[in-house]
Amino acid sequence: MEIDLTRSLIIIAICFSCTLFERALPFLIFRGKEVPPVIKFLGKVLPMAIMATLIIYCIKGISFTATGGWAPYLIACGVTVLLHLWKSNTLLSIFGGTACYMVLVQMVFI
Amino acid sequence: MKKTFLYALKHSYPIFISWIPVGLAYGVLMASAGYNFLWTGACSLLIHAGSLQFLMVSFFTGVESYITVAIMALLLNSRHIFYGLPFIEKFREFGGWKYFLIYSLSDENFSLHCSHDFGEGVHEKWAYVITAALLVFYWMILSILGSFIGSVIPFDTTGIDFALTALFIIILIEQLKGSDTMLPALLAFTSSIICLAVIGASNFILPSLIITVALLVVFKKRLDTPAKEAE
Repeated sequence: MEIDLTRSLIIIAICFSCTLFERALPFLIFRGKEVPPVIKFLGKVLPMAIMATLIIYCIKGISFTATGGWAPYLIACGVTVLLHLWKSNTLLSIFGGTACYMVLVQMVFI
Repeated sequence: MKKTFLYALKHSYPIFISWIPVGLAYGVLMASAGYNFLWTGACSLLIHAGSLQFLMVSFFTGVESYITVAIMALLLNSRHIFYGLPFIEKFREFGGWKYFLIYSLSDENFSLHCSHDFGEGVHEKWAYVITAALLVFYWMILSILGSFIGSVIPFDTTGIDFALTALFIIILIEQLKGSDTMLPALLAFTSSIICLAVIGASNFILPSLIITVALLVVFKKRLDTPAKEAE
């Protein structure tokens, strides 16, 4: 396939700049300034809130029209939570949860 | 330094596992669009954002205007605007390395930076930097590998991407253990589930985060107790 060199390079430049801009925005806004209390507060509570949001983001493909659309997610999430509450071992929780999910989507709910 | 490197390796390996299918798939997709490993590696190094890189493949071959490309790129990863907030002051301590940490602030790097748990003899700044560098390296190497192996992945990896979900769940559990309130997580769950149901999977995350931030500010008095300050 023929690639459009100029267009490709411009697109890479645009996407690089846009991504970098977004990641740098909080730092640009508060550069060299004392960080206001409300932002400090958000900095403390946001990690937990964003992690919860990212979990939903990861399972956004969930659907309730068929059992296979939700059961693997919920069962594997449950297994991960239980394993982690039980043993607090990151390796075990990740491998256990992932293996459970892979078995469910590959063999059980096809 | 060796201890710090081993710490970063141990801290970051779950990301490597979860990236195996998506990294390889990206390389395969780029190859099928006619872009060799140099293009693939350059994109992975420069952009370091999975979903945008997939979208870029369709931009390369498409007819969208550059303005459209820029708007789509900004919207797709708009959640990244929030990722710097917890680290504004922390990164200032790291001198010039802060630019590297800002550039590499993906979902995965954000979550790892939120869950550092340094042991004895681990250097804080280098732990941040090496963890971030490893992630950039993993993503690059997997996507380059993908562009060589083509579509032949030797085993069925369907579902292996759940490793990332599992990691986020574990990080959240650890955060909850170390906190005296679950409220930020509950607000975020509620807001994102409602937004997902109402707006749909492709556009829910930015509105959800904005609502969550607004709710957090509303609940600031309850959450921002002196006890938390002392932590």
